[in-house]
Amino acid sequence: MTSLEVAGLTKSFGGVTAVDDVTFAITPGHVHSIIGPNGAGKTTLFNLVAGLYVPTSGRVVLAGQDVTDLPPWRRAAQGLGRTFQNLQIFFNMSAIENVMAGRHLRARTGFLGSLFALPSAWADNREARDHAAALMARVGLGAYIDADADAMPYGALKRLEIARALAADPTLLMLDEPAAGLNPTETHEIDRLIQSIAADGITVVLVEHDMKLVMGISDHIIVLDHGRLLAQGTPAEVARDPAVIAAYLGGDPA
Amino acid sequence: MSDLLQFVFSGLTVGAIYALVGIGFALIYNASHVINFAQGEFVMIGGMATVALIDMGIPMLPAALVAIAIAALVGVALEKLAIEPARNAGVVTLIIITIGASILVRGVVEVILGKQFHRLPSFSGDQPILVGGATLHPQSLWIVGALIVLVIGLKTFFDRHPFGKAILATAHNRLAAQLVGIEVKTVLVASFAMSAAFGAIGGILTAPLTLTQYDVGVMLGVKGFCAAILGGLGSPFGAVLGGLIVGLAEALAAGYISSAYKDVVAFVLILLVLFFMPSGLFGTKGTERV
Amino acid sequence: MGQGTLGRWGGLIALIVIVAALPLILPNKFYYDIAIKTGLNALVCVGLNLLIGYAGQISLGHAAFFALGGYASAVLTTRYEWNGFLALGVGAVITGILAYVVARPILRLKGHYLAMATLAFGIIVSLVLNREIWLTGGPDGVTVPALRLGDMRLRSPETWYWITGGALVVVTWAALNLIHSPAGRAIRALHGSEVAAETLGIDVARTKTMVFVLSAVIAAVAGSLFAHAERFITPNEAGFLRSVELVTMVVLGGMASTFGAIVGAALLTVLPQVLAGFDDFKHIVLGAILVCTMIFMPKGLVPSLGTLIRRGRR
Repeated sequence: MTSLEVAGLTKSFGGVTAVDDVTFAITPGHVHSIIGPNGAGKTTLFNLVAGLYVPTSGRVVLAGQDVTDLPPWRRAAQGLGRTFQNLQIFFNMSAIENVMAGRHLRARTGFLGSLFALPSAWADNREARDHAAALMARVGLGAYIDADADAMPYGALKRLEIARALAADPTLLMLDEPAAGLNPTETHEIDRLIQSIAADGITVVLVEHDMKLVMGISDHIIVLDHGRLLAQGTPAEVARDPAVIAAYLGGDPA
Repeated sequence: MSDLLQFVFSGLTVGAIYALVGIGFALIYNASHVINFAQGEFVMIGGMATVALIDMGIPMLPAALVAIAIAALVGVALEKLAIEPARNAGVVTLIIITIGASILVRGVVEVILGKQFHRLPSFSGDQPILVGGATLHPQSLWIVGALIVLVIGLKTFFDRHPFGKAILATAHNRLAAQLVGIEVKTVLVASFAMSAAFGAIGGILTAPLTLTQYDVGVMLGVKGFCAAILGGLGSPFGAVLGGLIVGLAEALAAGYISSAYKDVVAFVLILLVLFFMPSGLFGTKGTERV
Repeated sequence: MGQGTLGRWGGLIALIVIVAALPLILPNKFYYDIAIKTGLNALVCVGLNLLIGYAGQISLGHAAFFALGGYASAVLTTRYEWNGFLALGVGAVITGILAYVVARPILRLKGHYLAMATLAFGIIVSLVLNREIWLTGGPDGVTVPALRLGDMRLRSPETWYWITGGALVVVTWAALNLIHSPAGRAIRALHGSEVAAETLGIDVARTKTMVFVLSAVIAAVAGSLFAHAERFITPNEAGFLRSVELVTMVVLGGMASTFGAIVGAALLTVLPQVLAGFDDFKHIVLGAILVCTMIFMPKGLVPSLGTLIRRGRR
């Protein structure tokens, strides 16, 4: 069973077709990358899979379930997690509370139960906090456990968002430009983090511009250009593909 | 039939005032993306300041002009003292600031000029004109006439005058406007001043008919907002149409349904527009990029 | 934000101590009345703060819910001679249902549009309360009988002080529980980033609705208590100025701070009483507080003081 399948996915905004009849399948347990020049439709595709945009036509299938008509919060329950190109950190909460918020689907206590301090609420809090602390240590943010989100540097926040997404125990994790704005050292750390996430059996799909990162880490690459699927395959296959070279790899710096 | 005509007359008259307030909302929104909850207070200042100046012995026309200038100054002060310091604050903050400013302005007028209603003399007497079985107060002609003149003036200003075009450019794309050398700060100040002036003119025009008081700004402000969103928030000319529609709807509802619930019409309209047609009749739809 | 357990429960204990000890220094009925009004405002503000401060929404019509609760109690006990507690419960339920119905369409709006929609809603309610004279007595208001507990008529200021104080402590406790729970983090996530909240499995529309309804029900209960405590209610309680007062209390005291909301309510209820001749300048002071707080201290008094203290310690 595939982790993710998109079939004939199309999205038009007014006169602009951002994603044009894209079809591919993501097999579980590997690192997949989606690349393409700026404006190729990568983030739009991400938003379609996540449910933030409604497709003009086409279907999105997650682990065998057709989720095309489901809102994003329902897709999260199907195991989909995601980070954002422009940080969407909860700056009104502390770092650990951000990650604890990611544990939302695990909470057993509802609204009313929380109001009246049922014992299960206390247990939920305990579990969320312990899990969050462990995740933060895992992504290398152990030093920031007591920090406020708005006091953290950019590179740390990128990793915080990943920790938060991981807190939901996703089976498919989509990372939208996880290395954007990071220096080579930080990029290397993200590289290792992604590999360790994949090693845990989580399917990772990334959108990235950093070619060195992409070529080094991916098992499978999908290339988009002008909203259309241009090519897909292993890094070696894609690097050799003349259409890809013509459209993209030609002069693009890593 | 003459009943209907009567309602149409009163609807267009009051609608013209809403239109003036609505234009003000649109101008300020275009320049700053702020919805100025204090908009109605400019109308109030127009009427009340004119009354105060006349009481001091100044003749009608100069008093009115000075009142308009005072309103414009208040608009500029609002922009400089309350909006600009909070430039990058969240939407909720800006909303609360303009509400606070409106209450502050209202409070100052209340303290200086008291709580009573005041009236201005009608511009050309109170002898009603008979048209098709309905009566038309001469002041209505002044109001609608002034609206037409102001709208034509505004359109010409936007079409021909370089500063008018600068205002339009800033509304479309602030950054691009700055890059071509438009002094965006000046556009902002001018928009607030114009918006206040329009409102004040409306206040002076309507005071002979509807009286004026420190508290009239609230209702007018909200109804003017209804005009603005009905027309589509970015469009001053849409606001004109919106204002007339709101005025007519109010008058017709008061006439045919119940005069007690006249005020409710505008508020129900606001909810309907916001729920079903938030970009109004002429506004543009936008999508959020994530 | 990052408030330690000591800060949280310490605050609640301090509130309990203050409520318990205050009667020792209240000299007469007049002061009890101020304390009761403060407590009721604080009650509404704790709920409103959940909506504005934590969930990041805005409501410029919340006084409508307060008035609806008050009028439900007033009308049911006066015209239909219902028991006061039953009327309070029914008032809370009716208001909750109305809030639920209104919430779904209104909370799809954001920012200015949400503000205007709640404003319009609040004014519609106050207009209806003013016009439906056969039901509500119109602008003159309604006299409300005393609340009956069995054979006892709950009338004395002391009784109402304890009822109000007790209600405030309970609701504050519940609010604190909610904030520091998974549901509370979901609520705060709305303020942080709705888009991100959705990807974590949070049903944003439902969460917003629940907070809105909760804050409306709290306001309605406070309104019912108000009607019986004051034994009188007018449509002014639903007015735009009342709604703005409530928002000012939350904003001044501290958004996203339960104790801040209580402090804000206390300041803005007590201050007008203390400053003689305040009534004439009420608008100026209220407006100035709103503008200056949002420009210079946008987080509000209590959080800003908290930050200052934390910085001083380092």
